[in-house]
Amino acid sequence: MVQMSRRDFVKVTGTGLALATLPGFIRKGFAGVSTGDNPYNFYFQRFGIDEAMIRKVMAEALHYGGDYCDLFFQNKLSNSIRLQDNIVNSASTYITLGVGIRVLNGNQTGYSFTEDISLASMKAAARTAAGIASGSAKAVPPSFNSTKLMNYYETKVSYEDVGVKDKVGMLQSINDDVFKQDPRVVKASVYFSDSENYILVVNSEGGIASDYQPMLRISVGCTAEEADGRRENNSFNYSARDDINFLTEEKLKRLPREAVARTVKLFEAKTPPAGEFPVVLSAGSAGILLHEAIGHGMEADFNRQGISVYSEKMNKKIAEPFVTIVDNGTNPHIRGTINVDDEGIPSEETVLVKDGVLRTYIHDRISAKHYGVEPTGNGRRESFKHYPLPRMRNTYMESGPHEFEEMIASVDYGILADQFTNGQVNIGAGDFTFYVKSGSLIENGKITAPIKDVNIIGNGPDVLSKVTMVANDLKISEGGWTCGKNGQGVPVSQGMPSVLVSSITVGGRG
Amino acid sequence: MEKNGYLDLGYWVQKKAKQLGASQSALGIRQSRSVSVDYRDGKVETLKESTQQSMWIEVFAGGRYSSHSTNDLRKGSLEKFLTNAVDLTGYLEKDEFRKLADPEFYEGQSKVDLDLNDSGQSDITAEERQNRAKELGAYLEGKDERINSVASGFSDNHSESYQLASNGFEGHKESTSFSQSVSVSLQGKGDKKPEGWRYYRARHLDDLVGAEQTANEALARTQDRLGAEKIASETMPLLLENSNAASLLWRLMRPLSAYSIQQKNSFLADRKGQQVGSDLLTITDEPSIVRGLGSRYYDGDGLAAKSMPIFTKGVLNNYYTDVYYGNKLGWKPNASGASNLIMKLGLRSGAEIEAGLDRAILVTDWLGGNANGTTGDFSLGVAGWLIENGKRVKSITEMNISGNYNDLLMNLIEVGNDPWIHSSFRTPTMVFDKVSFSGS
Repeated sequence: MVQMSRRDFVKVTGTGLALATLPGFIRKGFAGVSTGDNPYNFYFQRFGIDEAMIRKVMAEALHYGGDYCDLFFQNKLSNSIRLQDNIVNSASTYITLGVGIRVLNGNQTGYSFTEDISLASMKAAARTAAGIASGSAKAVPPSFNSTKLMNYYETKVSYEDVGVKDKVGMLQSINDDVFKQDPRVVKASVYFSDSENYILVVNSEGGIASDYQPMLRISVGCTAEEADGRRENNSFNYSARDDINFLTEEKLKRLPREAVARTVKLFEAKTPPAGEFPVVLSAGSAGILLHEAIGHGMEADFNRQGISVYSEKMNKKIAEPFVTIVDNGTNPHIRGTINVDDEGIPSEETVLVKDGVLRTYIHDRISAKHYGVEPTGNGRRESFKHYPLPRMRNTYMESGPHEFEEMIASVDYGILADQFTNGQVNIGAGDFTFYVKSGSLIENGKITAPIKDVNIIGNGPDVLSKVTMVANDLKISEGGWTCGKNGQGVPVSQGMPSVLVSSITVGGRG
Repeated sequence: MEKNGYLDLGYWVQKKAKQLGASQSALGIRQSRSVSVDYRDGKVETLKESTQQSMWIEVFAGGRYSSHSTNDLRKGSLEKFLTNAVDLTGYLEKDEFRKLADPEFYEGQSKVDLDLNDSGQSDITAEERQNRAKELGAYLEGKDERINSVASGFSDNHSESYQLASNGFEGHKESTSFSQSVSVSLQGKGDKKPEGWRYYRARHLDDLVGAEQTANEALARTQDRLGAEKIASETMPLLLENSNAASLLWRLMRPLSAYSIQQKNSFLADRKGQQVGSDLLTITDEPSIVRGLGSRYYDGDGLAAKSMPIFTKGVLNNYYTDVYYGNKLGWKPNASGASNLIMKLGLRSGAEIEAGLDRAILVTDWLGGNANGTTGDFSLGVAGWLIENGKRVKSITEMNISGNYNDLLMNLIEVGNDPWIHSSFRTPTMVFDKVSFSGS
């Protein structure tokens, strides 16, 4: 563990800004899930509101009826610091504060937000959102009650107590290590960001929930040059809902080591041939395949609208019996984990595919009501500027009965895919892609030459039916994945045991 | 806040930053109002309306630099925000290259009225927005029995910003934009429900393409996707539809940046003045197009926006050089990024070019993939049509194109006369020879 003096620069780190900016900020209780007599006082003070104000705003939102309304208060404090060309020469802070007001009328949504948390401003926004309905006013609930939440990301240290000087030292030490790894390294960059997100959701059914959501991300980039002038660039990163203690000595050593190893490996890499081949996916971030091939297609808004390739597959067999796929919001400290979703629903583990059979969609309030099922805690949004949608959290396949070595041995000619950067899907047709930054060829049951920079494309239901082996080595990615949908980005993670896909199109050449 | 209120606030912030110890500062204050209406299958799905404001500031103090932003513009909050911003800067390492632009580069802004603000925007009523969104979808009622769902949307935005730098720059921008879209889902073979869409955006409401055309194009593009399948891997010409060509060329922008050059992450480094593409490759960065979607008078560094050749007959003319990486490289700054891009046009239309191809793949859609800016390698998912003897014979999907930009640019063999003006990158139809397609 890195030794960091915690309180040196409280005033100059990011949340120090908030400490100064927000009236009534109380240090106590930063660790999140509230307990005690007045569990929401901390948040009420943070946002400068009280229950009477909430009632008045809600009355405005329900002025024309509507089935439901909610108020989403958010205050997010973010910091970043960057090393480039051997010096820590840039830092940024970002403060965001506001409230989003939503009114639902059946499947219809009225939405507005304001950055000014005054009663007048909130009432004006509420009246705008209310315009989705056209009936007579509805009553505001008599009281607001909370559900007990678990805390999946308990922390000991706030980022406001981590000094800039400590961050500078950490980045410099990583930079030194990058250059020590290999004489071919010509450039290194290190980027560290942290954020603390405070949310409070209150709704017209009398529900109230709050959460403190910490996040860190650290990324190390590296460019290396061969004697013949060829250059390659690659990177390695970690992200977690955790405090600074996440960055153990071991992780800080691994960051530069992986960044350099992944970069110089590319010098040896070839472009694979074009066509359909068996592909073995390494355990870990290969879960990107699930995110694209099935995760998005299981988001219930697309199914409610009848536009997903999975709309008619519920309770049907879509994969071998050793395939079980979950979307889990409760993995401790993983990037996609949430204690509660942005609609105030507690997080849970949702089983999408059980023993090869499609079981549950990913729901928000609207879709859960449409299907007459319980919400799954997947109603998420990028910020108070957006309304919630069914979104993934940590999506992964459970371990299966096979062995990694067995898979490799079974392939005459194919690809082992190791490192992934991005993916995309067409929800309706089911076509999806993921980009393999690096991997290897498999020839006659053996791993041979490295490969790089190749896009893999397939059709979701088709590829899932071709998962013919699943190993017993599930790993969940500790990288910084962000999922985009309708212009909103949310942090997610994904995982996979090693799997064999018997045939998929590899974007090689020739 | 009133117009001048923001400018006054900007100068107040600038003065306050100086008092607190910033030797220099650059800042921007932006306010915007957006409204969007989405319909699905004849019913309102979402109504969204918002007004937002924010401020960013770059602090230069004691040879050090940091940047900050906030949406809390109350003076009391800003004072504390600035105090902390300047304090934080002191803990970083010195960077001799972090400076404001030399004021000589602020000079020479376009004198042309770029007409980026549609004053009629404030008169649009909630009812008109709803009608526009509804009408877009309504054109498709009963048009195709395979329709699962039609979504349509209309949105408009007005934004205004002030930008100040402590060495004498003051800028003001006001612009509007309007957009409309239609997306269609059709019932295909088995469980497949192919989707297609059309999206148009313009600075002025009157410049938007008609609602009926937008709807019909969305439906036709979706019908094109029915029955699409991959074909065997093959190397052949790539015919790029004008409305989709920009995606392939945008990926050159990063390797063309001084940032990538200085960080040794560009396959185009050290190639200025060299032939990097065929002699049909002529692209100019043109910031002064009236009502252009990428038009501007100045950029984020305050640099006056000027026309700049990027490639001329395949020769690389200029890199995008911002102030900071320009200082590191010892180069004069020109622009921190692309504005509008225009290409030298050919003589034939997309249809004429298509009719003359014996065997090629027309790409109308992209799906994922990526490019390695350091080496120029790319691998991208595509869908479109197999062309034989000038005819579209088979709808294709689930295929990739892969190669290296060095080869691709040299293999540009035809450019159409039909620039897509609904984007800041006004690409015409293009043909690249010898492209590797992977499929079954």
